Amino acid sequence: MDVSWYLVLSALLFATGACGVLIRRSPLVILLCLELMLNAGNLALVAFSRSNGNEEGQVFALVVMVVAACEVVVGLGLIVAMFRRRIALDVDEIRELRG
Amino acid sequence: MVEVAFFAGAIGALGGAIAVIALNNPFYSVLALIVHLISLAGLFLLLHAEFIAAAQIVVYAGAVMVLYLFVAAYVGGTEEPIAQAIPGQRFVAPLLAAALFVEVSIAVVGTSLASIQTEGPVIEAGFGSPGSIGRLLLERFLVAFEAASMLLLIAAVGAIVLAGRKGTGTSASGPGVPDVDRGEIV
Repeated sequence: MDVSWYLVLSALLFATGACGVLIRRSPLVILLCLELMLNAGNLALVAFSRSNGNEEGQVFALVVMVVAACEVVVGLGLIVAMFRRRIALDVDEIRELRG
Repeated sequence: MVEVAFFAGAIGALGGAIAVIALNNPFYSVLALIVHLISLAGLFLLLHAEFIAAAQIVVYAGAVMVLYLFVAAYVGGTEEPIAQAIPGQRFVAPLLAAALFVEVSIAVVGTSLASIQTEGPVIEAGFGSPGSIGRLLLERFLVAFEAASMLLLIAAVGAIVLAGRKGTGTSASGPGVPDVDRGEIV
């Protein structure tokens, strides 16, 4: 399989994740869609690492995984805090920080 | 054989991704994301990234998704309102996503990089194994490795501060907010 197949698949997954971020309004699902986009980026990094024949892209992918885990932890903490304070779990309702 | 494995993984990953954004219940979306992550780990194996594939399954599909499942179960199945906040959002957003896909595909396929039209160079046996990745992490990318561990620590402390219960120090509830702790009810 050519590496370009993986890259096109990665573009497709990234576009799917972006579509989800635009459509959905539950913050939990938006976090899931961000995971989709990060994983699409990971797939592209690993594919380029294979195409170049060195492993540095895989180290990048690992660091992306760590950053994604941090983002999940903080995002889920925010969602739990919102739920505790009975704020509606709808990103369109949270507009107090808007300038 | 490789083609069959690639298309099986690609269909799993794409189907999981579409299910994540199409299913109404967040709980099912999380389960669909697990399917997506496991298919993606298969694709990583095809690209000779064994350690990344294992980390993907153990860390991502295992630990992180369990966290998601707990929060989805805690928050409950909040159905999204049918009414659209922005008129035509359901129709315009897929169009924008399709435009993004076409743009990125043109950028990738139309590039003059000759190496992406091949399977990649011949690689030695240990490519992507835990040993070689670990050596790379601890020698060449040591600073990035330490920074990542620091980031994980800060994120863990931040999550405790954000989601901590009332009475155990820093609470999320500020002044002027009715103090209702849902933890007592649940």
